[in-house]
Amino acid sequence: MTSPRMRSDRVLLGHGGGGLLTKELIESVILPVLDNPLLHPLDDAAILTVGEGLLAFTTDSYVVSPLFFPGGDIGKLCVCGTVNDLAVKGAEPLWMSLGLVLEEGLPMADLEKVIRSIGTTAREAGIQVVTGDTKVVEKGRCDGLYVNTAGIGRVLGADSPASFGSLGPQSIRPGDAIIVNGFLGDHGMAVMARRSGISFEPELVSDCAPLWDLVRTMLASGASVHAMRDLTRGGLAAALCDLAEASGLGMRVSETALPVRPAVRGACDLLGFEPMAVANEGKIVVFCPAAAAPRALEALRGHPLGRSAAVIGEVIAKPRGMALLVTRIGGERIIDMPPGETLPRIC
Amino acid sequence: MRPAGEQTPGARLVARIEEYSSRTGRTVRLMEVCGTHTMVAFRSGLRSLLPERVALISGPGCPVCVTPNGYIDAAIELSRLPAVTIATFGDLVRVPGSGSSLERERANGAIVEVVYSPTDALALARADPSRSVVFLAVGFETTVPGIAVAVRTARDEGADNFMILSALKTMPGPMRALAGGGEVAIDGFVCPGHVSVITGASVFAFLAEEFRIPCVVTGFEDLDLLKGVAMLLAQVAEGRSEVEIEYTRAVGMEGNRVAQQVMAEVFEPCDSEWRGLGTIPGSGLALRERFAAHDAAGRFGLEVRSAPPASGCRCGDVLRGVLTPPQCPLFDRACTPATPVGPCMVSSEGACAAFWRYGRRPA
Repeated sequence: MTSPRMRSDRVLLGHGGGGLLTKELIESVILPVLDNPLLHPLDDAAILTVGEGLLAFTTDSYVVSPLFFPGGDIGKLCVCGTVNDLAVKGAEPLWMSLGLVLEEGLPMADLEKVIRSIGTTAREAGIQVVTGDTKVVEKGRCDGLYVNTAGIGRVLGADSPASFGSLGPQSIRPGDAIIVNGFLGDHGMAVMARRSGISFEPELVSDCAPLWDLVRTMLASGASVHAMRDLTRGGLAAALCDLAEASGLGMRVSETALPVRPAVRGACDLLGFEPMAVANEGKIVVFCPAAAAPRALEALRGHPLGRSAAVIGEVIAKPRGMALLVTRIGGERIIDMPPGETLPRIC
Repeated sequence: MRPAGEQTPGARLVARIEEYSSRTGRTVRLMEVCGTHTMVAFRSGLRSLLPERVALISGPGCPVCVTPNGYIDAAIELSRLPAVTIATFGDLVRVPGSGSSLERERANGAIVEVVYSPTDALALARADPSRSVVFLAVGFETTVPGIAVAVRTARDEGADNFMILSALKTMPGPMRALAGGGEVAIDGFVCPGHVSVITGASVFAFLAEEFRIPCVVTGFEDLDLLKGVAMLLAQVAEGRSEVEIEYTRAVGMEGNRVAQQVMAEVFEPCDSEWRGLGTIPGSGLALRERFAAHDAAGRFGLEVRSAPPASGCRCGDVLRGVLTPPQCPLFDRACTPATPVGPCMVSSEGACAAFWRYGRRPA
């Protein structure tokens, strides 16, 4: 593997943006030392063979600011993020760890609120916190509270021929339908609005939600699914660019088919963001054969977290590795990978 | 759903553009002066709908892009002073100066806050009187009134720790330079809608009268821009040169008098350096003497010097419409949004960023 030299001698905020700079950081600093076949796909979770079964294993850190935002808080977020990374690999979430880095002086009431939120969300998502760690750093050395989690899930159907262990970009085919389970950009704009002090009417609310139940419902419907990805930093745009590159195929989505709330569109216009490139925490993009799309869509729409699910486009053979948008006025243009720091500390 | 056979508004405008284009029988070069128009043209896919003989070229209307290196260097110098907070619109953070960028200075410990309005910067100054908050005042007539109000409020409140470093500019100067420069043949100007809300469309009259160049003040929705292009082509096809307004819901001939007054109260015209265009007399705005307490350059004894652009960077040529971004030897090689060499690749309104993000040819 080529290891491009980092072009900055310091870590920049943009290196955490989930876009091109993050990719550069991973490819030039981390992979040259730590690369191995399990890590290499750089997917949401690693798939591990254990005895007869397959386990999905994931980790994430949460540094969102502010800690509490409309629709959620860092506690709910850390459970949802962990669960969703497992769910998109077709894995039932079982266990998670909880590492807390606390800032000296954090109000105990805030910590209690976050922990209660973790408890509620974990129960709802069917995942158990089974190990943990707590560190406290001096005042000013972290911003209130950071969380790190790891999650383990059992890949369903691993013992059957229709194993979900094959879910991933390598299974995407030309002609596949591209589906999302609802409105784009809600989480990012809710956090951003709270942080910037700009209020919108109606209030923007994060879509933060654990998606395993939704995913299980869709998989159980019998719709054959090729791949899923949860939409976090960089939103749908980053996911499509990433999967186009990983699958070596093209993606074509239609602007008029994208579900975006008017309030989110308005806030994006005002602040200069593209809804497609703004973070979600309760949305997935699903790839399945066009013939299976109606069934998948019906299953998604029958679930409370998928009521606004929509087919937004299709996978094409060419151009390879590129995502395209058919615009409202019928033009066509590239969907770009968001470059770097658009919204720091969104999750 | 639209009944089959009925055309969408977009398709109707595209058909009109094709008709006028064939009536002119030649290549027509239209300059969209404003960076927001450049971005809309790409993001909406509009460029993919235009006939080959209608060329949209980007002009000098992206505020971050036309800000010269010397200003960035001065901002970096300020950010290194103790007890100085830099407050800026986001794009400027990543623009490389001669040896560094505000992004790098921030990684080294400088306090650089991204704000969405000059009022937010003033709020930072109020919140911590022990620090000097310097707002990087970059932009055109659109942003000037808001900055003028912030400065006036700071003076009234006695918030002497709020300052601006002005690189504010006005639009007619560079358009005159381009129209009279003879370097690029421009058949029509897509005039900036937001600037015109403040100035009124009449500031472009000299272009139509003196230089016989059609002008259409255009809004920022995809359909606005399509209609603006159609109106310009109609003028070209019919041999007219007038100032027309497409963006009638926001723009009149006279503009916003209140905004003009507050601008004139706080600022006075000065000579200003533009990247790519050099120093244009009277095209900048400096704080008037009675607001000198809020002038960061004066307060810190800082001289904004002229500095050469980065080696090989052709942003200046791009801003004059002489070069399209892909013609620059650095484009998509040394210069990408992740590793920008010049401001046109950084700014969300920059022509190079727009080309890179949306205009690369599918493989």
